[in-house]
Amino acid sequence: MASGVKPRVKVPKSASAGEVVTLKTLISHPMESGQRKDKDGSLIPRSIINRFTCDFNGQNVIDVKMEPAISTNPYFEFEALVPEAGEFTFTWYDDDGSTYTDTKPIEIV
Amino acid sequence: MSLTRRDTFGLALGAMALTVLPFRANASVDDLIAEFTGGADLADSGVDLTAPEIAENGNTVPISVDAPGASEILVLAAGNPTPAVATFAFGPLAGSRMASTRIRLAGTQEVIAVAKLEDGTFARAAKTVKVTIGGCGG
Repeated sequence: MASGVKPRVKVPKSASAGEVVTLKTLISHPMESGQRKDKDGSLIPRSIINRFTCDFNGQNVIDVKMEPAISTNPYFEFEALVPEAGEFTFTWYDDDGSTYTDTKPIEIV
Repeated sequence: MSLTRRDTFGLALGAMALTVLPFRANASVDDLIAEFTGGADLADSGVDLTAPEIAENGNTVPISVDAPGASEILVLAAGNPTPAVATFAFGPLAGSRMASTRIRLAGTQEVIAVAKLEDGTFARAAKTVKVTIGGCGG
């Protein structure tokens, strides 16, 4: 696991049923592209997050396949439909096999 | 130093290689698009790609794609060492077919978005981004 990986997500606390809400996610990760060289001139091996998914109550919102061209500390902004109260699950999949998850509940008003 | 016949030849060959190289990069972009679309035709409208005209830092270039009715959007950077950037697949609870992120660009180049629409057709948009400092650690 890359050190210091910390997911941060921004989800509104509440929404009305059927509303479309904007979600913002950021995860601290170096996203080593595999193109850079260290000071001895040898290639630093690739180490990135290669997939990000967001689900709401088990149903998929977005599934992103990521390549090394995604910047350090990957940021995503997208919109989700909220049919009922429940919980958003955000999952990031690292090249080294580890996954990072975060969940955020949302209420219906 | 005076140029011999052989030197001149070498230079000409080098120049030819330089002009041929960009085409090779584009070929792999075409391959990726063909793989995504299965060789289908690309419409010129139906997908919006928002990217800055000039990016000072190629390490984080904010981009945004928006394609109403799309099920998947592929983003490519034609001038990067590996042109693939990301593929956004929208699920049943996607509120809109829009996503924003930040990408790396190695230099001034074209960013391409290809959207797969729900009716089975494909749309393409491209935008040239001028990059002052490249984002590949060069």
